Amino acid sequence: MQVGLHHYLVVSALLFSLGLLGVLARRNLLVIYMGLELMLNAANLALVAFSRYNANLNGQVMVFFIITVAAAEVAVGLSLIVALYRKRQSAHVEDLTSLKL
Amino acid sequence: MDAHAAHHAVTAAAPAFSSRPEDIAWFILLLPLIAAAGITLLVRRSNFLAATFSLAATTTAFILSFVLFLTFGLGDATAAATPFAWLHAGDLAVNLGVTVDKLSTLMLLVVTGVSALVQVYSLGYMHGDRSFPRFFVGLSLFTFSMLGIVLADNLVMMFLFWELVGVSSWLLIGFWYEKESAADAAKKAFLTNRLGDFGFLLGIILIWAAAGTVNFAELSQKLGAHPDLLGNLSSVAGLLVFMGAMGKSAQFPLHVWLPDAMEGPTPVSALIHAATMVAAGVYMLCRVFFLYQVDPAWPVALSFLGSISALDIIAALGGFTALLAALMAIQQNDIKRILAYSTLSQLGYMVMAVGCGGPDAAMYHLTTHAGFKALLFLGAGSVIHACHHEQDIWKMGGLRSVMPKTFLTFALGTAALIGLPPLSGFYSKDSVLLAALENGHPVLFGLGVLIAAMTTFYMVRLVLVAFLGTNRSEAAGHAHESPGSMTWPLILLAVPSVALAWLPLGDYLRHHFFSDHAHHAAAVSDEISVGASLSALFGGLNQILFEPFNHAPLPAVMGTGALLIGAWVAVTLYWKAERDPLPKLLGALARGMKNRFYFDELYEAVFIPLHDLVARFADGFDRWVVSGLVVRGVHGSTELLGRTLRILQSGNLQTYTFLFVAGVALVVLLALK
Repeated sequence: MQVGLHHYLVVSALLFSLGLLGVLARRNLLVIYMGLELMLNAANLALVAFSRYNANLNGQVMVFFIITVAAAEVAVGLSLIVALYRKRQSAHVEDLTSLKL
Repeated sequence: MDAHAAHHAVTAAAPAFSSRPEDIAWFILLLPLIAAAGITLLVRRSNFLAATFSLAATTTAFILSFVLFLTFGLGDATAAATPFAWLHAGDLAVNLGVTVDKLSTLMLLVVTGVSALVQVYSLGYMHGDRSFPRFFVGLSLFTFSMLGIVLADNLVMMFLFWELVGVSSWLLIGFWYEKESAADAAKKAFLTNRLGDFGFLLGIILIWAAAGTVNFAELSQKLGAHPDLLGNLSSVAGLLVFMGAMGKSAQFPLHVWLPDAMEGPTPVSALIHAATMVAAGVYMLCRVFFLYQVDPAWPVALSFLGSISALDIIAALGGFTALLAALMAIQQNDIKRILAYSTLSQLGYMVMAVGCGGPDAAMYHLTTHAGFKALLFLGAGSVIHACHHEQDIWKMGGLRSVMPKTFLTFALGTAALIGLPPLSGFYSKDSVLLAALENGHPVLFGLGVLIAAMTTFYMVRLVLVAFLGTNRSEAAGHAHESPGSMTWPLILLAVPSVALAWLPLGDYLRHHFFSDHAHHAAAVSDEISVGASLSALFGGLNQILFEPFNHAPLPAVMGTGALLIGAWVAVTLYWKAERDPLPKLLGALARGMKNRFYFDELYEAVFIPLHDLVARFADGFDRWVVSGLVVRGVHGSTELLGRTLRILQSGNLQTYTFLFVAGVALVVLLALK
């Protein structure tokens, strides 16, 4: 069987959907965060697949940028979550209601 | 000599007074307003300062009016003031300007003169009243509004001041607002007037729509050039404008407010309900008299009126009012009410004169009437003051000996009112009768003579019962003469009551109205001037005094005859009478007269329920449609929308995310399709 663009894209879509499901369904911030990372990497996979398909390196350059930004974002996001946990003793989204009326 | 040149000739003759007449007129107009504002803002608590402000302003206005009259009114010119624009809306341009001519300068004199005397009188009459300064504010404000009507140079400005007069009269009639009857009377006067004003406003709109201007001079010019300008609405427009006069001058069927307005302080009755405000209607008719000189025409719906003109209807209404009021006056016992009905009757006389095509006679009678009726009211006030606010003439009596000054001046006023020659009332009444006779209204002439007899009857009755005989109550027994501030105005007012007509006032007014209408039957005299009037006063006094008998003996003789008959009947019935013999003699008729022919009851039975019905409907409309459907509807739907949208703001992060993703998916789906 020849593995083509379609296969990559299907995997990417599955990964994205799984990530989205995690973001929507899970209540723990850490897990939501993991879902977000999964969605980012689904996009990365799609970009790399397109890059290869079109024989154009622009997509891969984009992926490097995304990985870099995601690393920075993870650093900020995780530290926020840790700070929040220290303050609230909880990392559940239901508990984060201080902005609600 | 054209008008412009005459103007300059007149001002040149008086170099000491070089301002333009219209500037002086503005100054006269604004003086009382300044006084009213000054008292309200600065010296509201000081009786002395309030009276000083008010009196100073009015007296200055009077002196200026007098100067204006001598330097300008006697001339031939008309000065229209530099008007400044007040309102511009589409084609409608309303300016505020003043008209200075013979008519307005004479009326200025009447208004400021009576107002000044009434204010002096009020110093005594209102002494010790809690709201003394407020009274003077009211008087000043009223004077200002009245002067505005006199000087207005267009219909809209006149209407503005017309309403201002309504408001200030409301303030003054209801001056003792804690008295329920006074508050009610004020409301009644205001609302009845509004009814007339509504017609007036419609008339103004109609005239503006047809002629495109509301300015008197332009209107008169346009109507002079095109007598058919108003088309078949000319008579309707005239009658609508007359409705305003009907309200202010208390003509039938809007006459009911005037007698009730006697609840106000007596000086107010003298100023407003004798000399000025009620005269405003007649003055206005004279001002817009050119409106009635166009070809009479009726719209199709009213074509059954045929050749009857608006003036005929006005004359008939005036005559009817005069008759009705004179009948009512005969059986009143309240001294002020007798005078009120007498005023009504005399106003009817004036309106009748206008309707008979004699605005000069109407203005003549208005001027003399202002003097002697103000005198009579102030005299009545003096009596009421002395008798501790007793107003029933049957509880007075014998006041002649204790109040000699009041009695003498009151008697002179009465003599003038009933038209005893050679007092002023005789000449003006004669000119009214003459106008009716000369212009082909023999029925109204007869009515006028009859009313003259009735006027004499009820006035002689009043004097006999209140002043002669013996005192019939405790209060009358302890009466004493009023203070000087009250008797001096009486004496000063007695002078014009006696001698006003010795000046060639009739010629003066005829000259104003008919100098450029050569076709009119009335004799147009030569141009008059200060010199001529002075020489007439000293040289031709004789000639003036007997002029009516020489010129047109019929009305003069008939008028005097009516006077003699009325006086004879009154003396026979009331000489030393202890109670009124009339109810026994006349039975039901006397009861009707006493109860004002049940007009108030009729209105109460017919119009009040009707009005209540309309009011209830309006209330229901407001409550259910405006407030319920519209306001609550808007409010309710907004709130419902808000509540619905609020559900979306759950505060749940993942719901937002879900909606966001669903939205993106939807957009993508639509984009890909």
